[in-house]
Amino acid sequence: MKHERERTGAYPWLLGPAVAAVTVLAWELLVRVTQLPAFILPAPGAVWRRLVLALQDGTLLRHGLVTLQEVVLGLAMGVVAAGLLGYWLARSPRWERLLAPFVVASQSVPIVAIAPLLVIWFGPGLLSKTLICALIVFFPILINTIIGLHSVPQELRDLMRSLQASRAQTFRLLELPAALPVFLGGLRIGATLSVIGAVVGELVGADRGLGFLINVGRGQYDTALVFVAVFALVALALTLYGLVSLAERRWLWWQQRTNPSSFLYGES
Amino acid sequence: MARTATPMLSLEKVSASFADRSGQLAVLRNLSFSVPRGQFVCVLGPSGAGKSTLLRLLAGLLAPASGQILFGGQPVSGPQAGVGLVFQDANLMPWRDALDNVALPLELRHDPDAIDRAWDMLQVVGLRGFEQVLPSELSGGMAQRVAIGRALVQDPQLLLLDEPFGSLDALTREKMGEELLRIWELEHKTVVMVTHDIHEALYLADRVLVLGRRPASIKLDMQVRLARPRKLAVRYSPAFGRMAARLRAAIEVQAV
Repeated sequence: MKHERERTGAYPWLLGPAVAAVTVLAWELLVRVTQLPAFILPAPGAVWRRLVLALQDGTLLRHGLVTLQEVVLGLAMGVVAAGLLGYWLARSPRWERLLAPFVVASQSVPIVAIAPLLVIWFGPGLLSKTLICALIVFFPILINTIIGLHSVPQELRDLMRSLQASRAQTFRLLELPAALPVFLGGLRIGATLSVIGAVVGELVGADRGLGFLINVGRGQYDTALVFVAVFALVALALTLYGLVSLAERRWLWWQQRTNPSSFLYGES
Repeated sequence: MARTATPMLSLEKVSASFADRSGQLAVLRNLSFSVPRGQFVCVLGPSGAGKSTLLRLLAGLLAPASGQILFGGQPVSGPQAGVGLVFQDANLMPWRDALDNVALPLELRHDPDAIDRAWDMLQVVGLRGFEQVLPSELSGGMAQRVAIGRALVQDPQLLLLDEPFGSLDALTREKMGEELLRIWELEHKTVVMVTHDIHEALYLADRVLVLGRRPASIKLDMQVRLARPRKLAVRYSPAFGRMAARLRAAIEVQAV
């Protein structure tokens, strides 16, 4: 569907910064009017100073990198596992029918509930966090891989068959490009979920990472530090999401030319 | 028909059926005919008569329930080289431009000249200058030209067309028929084309086969003795009209 670009006024690029500025202003106003103590709601200025401090003494970078590592490793692990299983299930309908109930059932187990178990089993280090991330990422990637492969038109499969394409050629030249839009849609969701998985794991039991930093801030009534960690997490999720969008723009150029995507949705 | 030469294609008592919820559904029954090299055959029939099934059998995409199909004297047991297939809608890969779509069959065979040959083929089907255009930006007629180019680029001995112009408007359809004839005069392939358009069949073919209702067999096998090269005006000649009436009657009898 093609429709006219929504009108956002003369300076559309100003919209984002303007919303941010208004939010900060309202926040500052709230603090001044209510006279809330800093351990309940620190003023924007205080959070800013805490951020600068955390940057200067290396706290933010050190913990941020730990979380980043967990998020990326977990995402990679989840994507590889879900991609392989999804490809296999999409090709064997019998197994898909057999396993589908278990896959869905596994999804209804809240990750928050089993995170402590994973920490008990695999220790408070990198491994347990990576596994939590991989688990939380697994389902959306699996589903989107299967849906993507099912969306390959039967007529194009017939074409490849009539041209005597090999299994590998059919995958590389037909299934991969045809399933990629839906798969990347799953990756968008997976990337942000992975951040959530890492934080959940760190809140449950860790001695480093942004989630751990939140726990520390809370324990010391350093609420400004909690804000700093939360903002860092948001920035991390946004960056990953943006990277997937970038990949879409690069790999799905054939859709973009007729149907440009926005930041929020890839294909329409 | 020269009896001595091996026909390009021959069917011997071919039957086909589909398995559906209520059991086996017979689609084709005891179909026998043969197509000599270089002949242009159109298969006519009401919708649901199994025309597409017949084409899938010839392409080796579907195995017959009984009987056998010989291609160049050899039994068909699956998809094989030397057969070009054109589908109902263009069936192009949306992520490949026109040139790359045409090059696909050669690319699969690791032909080092794939792009050059695809380029030449695009000129043949009249798409010079459209090499880099994506399928989503092509009109229906142009997309079908690309599809025909893709089927011809590997220089097949047999060209199979499944209602290739079915989704085009009447004028484009006429124009594409003319184009197909022009290309056929150049390459003189053996062609089997499925259509439900009587006039299209008569205009294009050397011979028209009419399929009956399911389970279908051949109701009429008619030679079309119209001089070639044919012009569009041939459609308004008395001989054309008489043959059209015969075909119409053959289809209509079955419809009752």
